[in-house]
Order: sequence, then C-alpha cells, then structure tokens
Amino acid sequence: MPIGITVESAPGETRVAATPSTVAQLIQLGYEVVVERGAGAGSSFPDADYEAAGARLVTKKAAWASNIVLTVNAPSDAELKLLSKGAVLISWLSPGLNPDMVDKLVALPITALAVDAVPRISRAQSMDVLSSTANISGYRAIIEAANAFGRFFTGQVTAAGKVPPAKVLVAGVGVAGLAAIGAASSLGAIVRATDPRPEVAEQVSSIGGTYLPVEVGEKMESSDGYAKVTSEAYDKRAAELYSEQARDVDIIVTTANIPGRAAPKLITAADVASMRSGSVIVDLAAANGGNVVGTVPGEKIVTPNGVTIIGYTDLARRLPAQASQLYGQNLVNLLKLLTPGKDGALVLDLDDVVQRAITVTRNGEKLWPPPPVQVSAAPAAAPAPTQAVTTTRRGIPRGVRIALTIVGILALFAIIAVAPAPLPQHITVFVLAIVIGFYVIGKVHHALHTPLMSVTNAISGIVVVGALLQIAVGDPLTRVLSVIAVLLTSINIFGGFAVTRRMLRMFSKG
Amino acid sequence: MFDSLSAATVAIAGGAYIVAALLFILSLGGLSKHETARTGVVYGIIGMIIALIATVVLVIQRTDWLGIVLLLVAVAIGGSIGLWRAARVQMTGMPQFIALLHSFVGLAAVLIGWNGYLQDGGIAANLIGIHHAEVFIGVFIGAVTFTGSIIAFLKLSARMPSAPLVLPGRNALNLGALVAFVGLTVWFVITPVLWLLIAVTVLALLLGLHLVASIGGGDMPVVVSMLNSYSGWAAAASGFLLDNDLLIVTGALVGSSGAFLSYIMCQAMNRSFLSVIAGGFGIEAPTKGVEETGEYHETTVADTAQVLADARSVIITPGFGMAVAQAQYPVAELARILRARGIEVHFGIHPVAGRLPGHMNVLLAEAKVPYDIVLSMDEINDDFPHTSVVLVIGANDTVNPAAAEDPGSPIAGMPVLKVWEADEVIVFKRSMASGYAGVQNPLFYRDNTRMLFGDAKDRVEEIVHELARLSPAGSSGAAHTSNG
Repeated sequence: MPIGITVESAPGETRVAATPSTVAQLIQLGYEVVVERGAGAGSSFPDADYEAAGARLVTKKAAWASNIVLTVNAPSDAELKLLSKGAVLISWLSPGLNPDMVDKLVALPITALAVDAVPRISRAQSMDVLSSTANISGYRAIIEAANAFGRFFTGQVTAAGKVPPAKVLVAGVGVAGLAAIGAASSLGAIVRATDPRPEVAEQVSSIGGTYLPVEVGEKMESSDGYAKVTSEAYDKRAAELYSEQARDVDIIVTTANIPGRAAPKLITAADVASMRSGSVIVDLAAANGGNVVGTVPGEKIVTPNGVTIIGYTDLARRLPAQASQLYGQNLVNLLKLLTPGKDGALVLDLDDVVQRAITVTRNGEKLWPPPPVQVSAAPAAAPAPTQAVTTTRRGIPRGVRIALTIVGILALFAIIAVAPAPLPQHITVFVLAIVIGFYVIGKVHHALHTPLMSVTNAISGIVVVGALLQIAVGDPLTRVLSVIAVLLTSINIFGGFAVTRRMLRMFSKG
Repeated sequence: MFDSLSAATVAIAGGAYIVAALLFILSLGGLSKHETARTGVVYGIIGMIIALIATVVLVIQRTDWLGIVLLLVAVAIGGSIGLWRAARVQMTGMPQFIALLHSFVGLAAVLIGWNGYLQDGGIAANLIGIHHAEVFIGVFIGAVTFTGSIIAFLKLSARMPSAPLVLPGRNALNLGALVAFVGLTVWFVITPVLWLLIAVTVLALLLGLHLVASIGGGDMPVVVSMLNSYSGWAAAASGFLLDNDLLIVTGALVGSSGAFLSYIMCQAMNRSFLSVIAGGFGIEAPTKGVEETGEYHETTVADTAQVLADARSVIITPGFGMAVAQAQYPVAELARILRARGIEVHFGIHPVAGRLPGHMNVLLAEAKVPYDIVLSMDEINDDFPHTSVVLVIGANDTVNPAAAEDPGSPIAGMPVLKVWEADEVIVFKRSMASGYAGVQNPLFYRDNTRMLFGDAKDRVEEIVHELARLSPAGSSGAAHTSNG
C-alpha cells in the first residue's frame, strides 16, 4: 500500500508529515512511500533526500490519491476531494473542536485517524503528538523569551562587573512546562515552577528548577493525565503567589491549558503592570484565550510599562525540522501498531483502546467520540498459559517429599542411637557441616561459581591428611598406595588454589 | 616421656584441625562476593597449611626416615605438577581441568579405603564391622567419582564424542549396581575378604563410567557440579574411616557445595534434582517440537555495526559457542568500544551457559570485562523490553522462546533469557543447526531477529573494525543536550 506525503497547504505551515529518516522506517514496515515534490522544503528536507531514502516523488494529485495519506494539518475541502475512495487519512484533525470536520470526513467513504486523540497511556506515549509538540513549544518559548529579553540568562562575573542571572517562572509543569524549565536552566537562569499537582516537584528539580508549592489542603491528580480546574481557595493562594513572583522574576512562561475549556487567567493586568520594564511573558495558552490578561494570540506586544507579551500560536512551526522529525516519528510508531505483520498492510483493530480512541470514521461510519480511556486502569491480566508453562516442573510430589524427609530424620536418629562410641560424634559433625555448607554456598554469587568449584577442589584435597598418616605405616604396599594418594591430592591442593587465585585476579570492576 | 609428648602433639593436631575446618568455612564464605573472594582463598590456603603442618608433625613422630622422604617427594612432585598445570590451563579449558581434579580426589579416596582395609589392626571388636562398611562406602564413592570424572574430562576436552551413550535398560543398570553395592557391603561386613573389595571397586568404576557416559554435552554443567559433590562425599567417607573430623567437615562442605550447585543448575534447566542425583536423568530422545517453517532474516557485518552504533542500550548474551570460538576477547573489545560511545552495555548470563557453573563469567573476566556489567539471568530478564539490541553469541537453548511459550516443547518451563523482548536481536551462529537439546529455536524466525552467520570470533572482530570506521555519533547529540 502506498503512503502519500503531501505539501501542507495551511497558511504559515512549515512542517511536513514525514522526514527522510521516517520515510526509511515506513519502507521497512513494508509500505511504498510517495512524496509530493517540495513537501519538505519548509523543514529544509530537499526532495533528493526523500528520494535517497527510498521514496518516489510525485505530483500533488498522486500524493493525495494514495491509499494512506499522512498530513500535519487537517485537509482543506479541495484536498478532501482528492482523496481516493476507501483511503486512510492520518492527520491532526482535532475532532473534538471541529465537529464540522468530522461531518465532512464521514460524508466521504474514508477512514480518518486523528493522531492528536491518542490517549495518554504509557503504551501510546511513543505516538503522542501532543507531547512532542508541547515539548517543542516549551523549548521555543524560552528561545523566544531570550530573544526578546535584553539581558543574559546566565549570571556572570566579568571584568566589567557582575551580571545577575535571569529569573524565570514557569506556570504549569506539563510536557511544555518541563521543556521550558530544562531549556531555561541550561541557559543558566534561575527557574521556578508552579503547578497544582505537588507530585511534579521531583520532575522539576530533576531538570534544574525549583518547585513553588501552592499551600492549600487540596491535591490534584486527574485520571486522564491532564490538569483539572482548581478550587477557589487554591486559586486565591495561587493568585497571591503569582503576584509575588511577578514582582520578582524577569521571564514568565505560562503553559496552563485545560482540554475543551478556555485557558485559566493566571497573570492579571495588575501583575503585568508590576513587572519590571524589559521583562518578557510567553503565553503558550494564547490559542485558547491565554493565561495572561493582555495576550494577543499570534502577536508580540509591548505593554506601556515595557513588558513584552508573546502570544505566538505557531511555536512548533518555528522549529520546523525538529517538529517534523518528532511528528513523523510519532506517525511511524502509530503505523507500527497498525501494521502488525510489517508487510505494508494496514489493519485497524477497534478492540485496541489506542486505535479505537483515534478512529474518527471508518469507511464512512462515524465512530467519534470514542469511549473514555482511563489512564490508571490496571493492565489486562497476562494470558494464563504462558504463566502455567513456567511453573510446570517435573518434580516429585509433595507427599513423597515429606515422607522422604521423615524417613531420613528417623534413620539419622536410629543410627546415632544405635551406633557405638566414635560414630555418633562423627555423624553429628558431618550433619552440621552439611548444613553450614548449604548456608555458606547459598550466598555465593553466581559469577563466582567456577572459582568456588576450584576452591572446593583444592580443599577436598584435604584427604591428603589421611594418606599422609598412612605413609607412617611400615607395610610396603600400603606405603606405595598412600604415596600415590599423596601425590594426586597434592596436585589438587596446589593446582586448585593456584588456579583459583589466577581466576580471581582476572575479575575487575569497571 | 615420649608418650606424653606424643599425646600432646595429637591434642595440638586436633586443635589445628578445628582451626583449619573453620578457615575452610570462612574461605567458602568469602567467595560470596567479588570484593572478599581473594581474602577467602587466602583463608583456605592458611587452613590447608595449618592442617598439613599438624599432620606432618604427627607423621614425623611415628615413622622412619624413608616415610619422611617419600612424603616430601610425593608432595613436591604433586605440588609442582599442580602449580604447573594451574598456570598453563586455558580459561576455556577450565571445565575439563576441574573434572580432572575431581578424579584425583576420587582415586585418592579409593586408595585410602584400600589402605584402611589392609591396615585394620588395633580396632576394637565392636567397631570392626563399622570399619569395614566405611571402607566399602569410601571405596565405592571414590571409584564412581574417579571414572565419572575421567569420562567427563574426556568428553569436555573433546577426546571422546559428547553424545550420550544409550544402553538398553540403563536405568535398570544403575539401580542394579546400587543394589549390588548394598548387598556386597552387608556380605563384606560379615566376611571381610579381599575379593569382595576388588569386586566392589570394579563395580563402582563401571558405574561411574556408565553414569557419565550416558549424559550428553549440554548437561555437563550439572555433571561437573555433581562430581564435585561426589568428591566431597568421598573425602567425608575417608574421614569416617580414619576417625578424622577435619576430613568429615571438609568433605561435607564440599559435598553440599557441589550438591547446591547441581540444584541451581537443575532449576535452570527445569529438571528434578533428585532424579539427577540418582543418575537416572538422561534426556529422552528429543521429541520433535512444532516444525518452525518461517523465514529467517540474514544481516551483514556493516548493518550490525550501524545498528549497534545507533543503539541506546545493548545486552550481550554469550553461550558455550563463544568459548568454542574463543571469541571472548573480541567480544570484550566490542563492549569497550560501545561503552566508549556512551552506549549502555550489559552481559546476561544464563546459569547453564557454558560447561561449568559460572564459566562465562570467568571467560569474560579473563578478557577484562568489568564484573559489574555482567549480570545473571534473574538480574537482567526484566531489562530486555527497554533494550535496543541484543547480541546472542553462541547461545541457543538458553534464549529459546519455545521454553516460555510452547507447552509442547521438550524444554518447556526451562527459565530462559527473554531476548526476544528487545527491539532487535542479532544472533551469531555458524549455521541453522539446532542446539544441544535438539530443539528448534523459533527465535531465529522472529521478525525482530537478524541472523549473522559465520565464526563468532571473526564476525565480532569485523564489527569492531566497522565501528572504528564509523565516525563517533557524539557531536550533534552533544549540541542538543546543551541547548535543552
């Protein structure tokens, strides 16, 4: 089945749904890949590279006529007409926000998969385009802020005087927030972060930030992996925190988005007014109305008191090669799931939660919205047969084992009770030594089993003691036999210890 | 005057023996960790020196100059042969070396037993029966250990075909020999005549031959540790015979050590411990598993090098094939190069990999692989799903998914390294032949498996060269991390 990669027609779009490296992976999955000429131009991937990766360069029409079409943006009406019957469209469709789009897709007899609807479960992380995009946005937010900020991020002591480090506040520690914290701290800034979920504190500190808790008796953790709406008491305390921080910091990056709602206003007009001139705010929620009062979506504005507010909504497009690569890799991972045979045949399994969640329509059948997916749901029990196999062992039955043990104990008891003088003592020593042996050997590291064997070899050469004592006897035959025994066991003792030492010398730590 | 001096030395010798026994226990205890292993061996050596000095003093008091000369000459010859062989033996040849050492203990126990029979004057009348029984037991265990170890040595050093010898009714033969031994023992206790002792010696020698000859090459780790155990019991039997607690303690330590190792091996091969100890455990003729008729994918050295260069983490699972090909040095070199490129490298060792418990660890240590990246099966089995590439070098049955997934397989239930859970598996193999267990390996037909045919040593060396040609992948990655 050919896969078509098209030129993105959306205004301002720089990304592409496949890069030369992801094309090669698609081909490994058994697909043929056709790329519309110039598809990678905006992301600096020349046509020749696609060709070298094994793709065929085609016209716009041919690319859209493929059995499977991958795009970054939802297709325009004109483009939808180019799709062939029964085609599979994999794209960022935002079906939840675009009911019109869903209707249009249903009208065509095609299968449409919305990659942005991948559920947030561990298994689907590799296909999560929202995370990939958020990661890029968070990074780019800091780059934009640094660009607009008239100072260093890192503190320095120079011949011309001391430069204090910039202070950055990141509101909302999601994927974008974490990327922003990481980027800012690696530029050398002092980074603080806020989030309603206290469990993110560790993640913040792990990438160099400081977590500022909002001290109210309320915990936040949602079942779908996104933040929820917060309570009133919390909001009040959080507002105070933002006001305090706004007076102190140089850069604020806000990333608070709540799915399906307008973004919460975190930074008030008063907060913005209290910031120093030259400060920068990057509002990653601009497309959803913004977290900051005064944000203009898609614009960079400067307030009367000299604070720059950046409301770009196309941060991912400003890093086109990286964004295309991550998006393309997400699609490859999705196609791996959809191509179980790795034979270029796409199979849609609606019993799989991930595949069900992204299916908007299947051959004209409307399947949107999907049933909700619980992130915290327990994984399905492992199939029983595999476990049964590992536990079946050919052993003696339990009853027999117990009987043998009892017989052994009785026999030991009888022998010690009946046997004459030196024997019971010897048996006691013998049994105790066996027990000690099992405990001592049980602790020996697996890697040292060979040295263990050679050492036991050496010390079992202790039978030399018996042979030596027999040499003392005058009888010639006994003497000959014991001399041979002494000779053999000496080989054991010296050879065993020497070879063990040789082996142990070789073991070294990295 | 002389008598009291003699009594004093006997008492001192008894004390010395107890100290020696304690030092031996400490010695084995020291081997539990790499850090303390060398100290452990020193304890063992000190214990041995103490025991020997005490014994020699006892002997000097009782014997003439000829005895002393003979003693010194025998120890000197034996000691120098031992040191010479120990310095020369190849690490790949350790299994047969250890098997040979076992045979010496066995033979010595036989000789001591014979001497015990020849010199039984001065034993109290009520103990004479027990004494004769002890002679018999000592000779029997010693002789089985002796011939068994010799056969194991011949098989391991490939001087004898390693295929199992299958005689009709071999379980009946083994069992019959045991019954005959018990019968002969009773007879000997009642009428101690020389020919009975000769008969039991021959019987035990034959039993040892048959016991080990009927076991195939793949089961050798169990056999070697079992013989280790037998040699210990032989020493303990000599201790009973000679009224010597040091021998009893040491023999019991060694015997239980070998038994424990065999037990671990049996678990690793999903076999019953008791049936192995009884010697009746040969493998049934391999039942044909489901014929795997899938296609396998072949790969090249260049592709393998590229895959390794791009990997995040690599696990190498060596088997006996690595020892055969003497590939441990290039493999160690490969691990070093990959680690230098910032790739996480671990080794995963199956308990029965190789022909000796812990054999692979010794080979890798010889090639200077740090022991902290060499992990056992239990330590590493959960890591495979997060691993980019697994290199299977000369291992087959220990990485066979049929053991975990196909209840009809002859090796079903045997714990194996779950290499197939990794992103990609590269199998180094001479050809598409099956392993020792004669079982087809579905791993080779998996979609994420690539076969690299040829001599493991040559192939790994070529990969090392190929990797050296690929430019280090660090430059662009480093730029990324510094940016965020």
